[in-house]
Amino acid sequence: MPAHPLRGRTAIAGIGAAGWGEAPGRTAMELMAEASLSAIADAGLKLGDIDAICAATSTHAFPTLSVAEYLGIKPRFFDGTNIGGASFEMHLLHAALALDAKLCDAVLICYGSNQRTAGGRLVSMSEAQWHEAPYRPRHPITAYALATSRHMHQYGTTRSDLADIALAARGWANLNPMAFARGPLTKAEVLASRMVSDPLSSRDCCLVTDGGAACVMVRADRASHLPRPPVFLLGAAGAHSHRSITQMADLTVSVATESGPRAFEMAALSRADVDLVMLYDAFTITTLMFLEDLGFCPKGEGGRFVQGGAIAPGGRLAVNTSGGGLSCVHPGMYGMFLIHEAVTQIRGDAGARQITNCDVAICHGNGGTFSSQVTALLGSASTL
Amino acid sequence: MSPLMGPGPEAEFKSFLRQGRFMIQRSRTTGRHVLYPRIALPASGETDLEWVTPSGIGTVHAITVNRAREGSYNIALVELDEGPRMMTRIDGVESVPIGTRVTARIVEIGGEPAVVFVVAGRAS
Repeated sequence: MPAHPLRGRTAIAGIGAAGWGEAPGRTAMELMAEASLSAIADAGLKLGDIDAICAATSTHAFPTLSVAEYLGIKPRFFDGTNIGGASFEMHLLHAALALDAKLCDAVLICYGSNQRTAGGRLVSMSEAQWHEAPYRPRHPITAYALATSRHMHQYGTTRSDLADIALAARGWANLNPMAFARGPLTKAEVLASRMVSDPLSSRDCCLVTDGGAACVMVRADRASHLPRPPVFLLGAAGAHSHRSITQMADLTVSVATESGPRAFEMAALSRADVDLVMLYDAFTITTLMFLEDLGFCPKGEGGRFVQGGAIAPGGRLAVNTSGGGLSCVHPGMYGMFLIHEAVTQIRGDAGARQITNCDVAICHGNGGTFSSQVTALLGSASTL
Repeated sequence: MSPLMGPGPEAEFKSFLRQGRFMIQRSRTTGRHVLYPRIALPASGETDLEWVTPSGIGTVHAITVNRAREGSYNIALVELDEGPRMMTRIDGVESVPIGTRVTARIVEIGGEPAVVFVVAGRAS
């Protein structure tokens, strides 16, 4: 079968970060702009080279307009697709399409939020669903807790299994100087943490931090002449399943079961080729379900799969090596931060947490309440 | 009068509730029920929807208890015997096991009528 025409045609040439954790006094736009300038410099480009913007935020109705004005970019192509936290993985695909069609030459994909110092609560522009509103769901956690209750009921998944995911994330975070939540954490502490929405306790929930992240994408031929090792987009695909958790066909199965195979097909890769697994961990249950839905273990086996440090440093599968949304950074929408870590690992720049021979990374974004799923496969030059 | 001139399904659903009636839609040709109310069946698009009275019996499909300083309360997904799932709460208990059979009733929440459930066979 011939390779998909988009496979390896574009690459991430630069990444940038700003204010991960706490950035007092900084606005969301300032963090997004700082991360963007850092990514552009990392790519060896100038601001004036950027002719396309992809952005989604929790605080801007028209994010590409806001970014373009702030940085003084006149984009020829722009995409403000907002499907929640998975938006940025979708932006990779849209950027690749636009670059490949020569609608533009250098795409900035960016995100920024100051939601920790601005109030310490998750900020969301997501509107209430009228048929849910009387029952006062506290989304997103209500929806993820409902799904968790069902997973436990059907498959015997336990809070102890979920705690293993939180502990693995902390183990990786302890190797990452950029991670916000570092330090020892025991299973007893996780299990004793405050119940927020049964069966999810505070340690099952991602952090609420500040932070910005960005990347710059160009066509592969140009990337090879830029200073940093290119990280190629090998495949990407998305899927929608529902808007309201009431309409999720099976609460234990996300449509990562659709986005994953499509992305692998475009990349002409299989799970066995994957060195690094970056999964959107807004809650411990999301890591578990995406391991199943992307085929790293059979459906229902996620709890057993993660036991005993299997996804922690030194385990059998490297998952969320930054420390993830649970222990590294999670400023509301987390998708861009998956990409940042994947590029860092593929470049070999991950320091103490660097995994050996990281050539293929899967970045799996999630949005809404298990609503949108986008899978992207990134690879080093050796994968072309 | 064109069907587009009258109230839509969401308004009709709420109007029924204000009359003390829990009604859901069913497609005449396919017999499929849909909830929340819509102008057509999702995916297949039939617009031949009529309002019917459901049995009011369902099964707890998933449940959580929201822990808040102001007081904890449960939020459940109940699967009606007719098929559709809805968000609701189970009154009279902190929580119930998944699989519990429940019966619908209409109560007032925040000044508006809403469908909640109680454990089936249990006196209110």
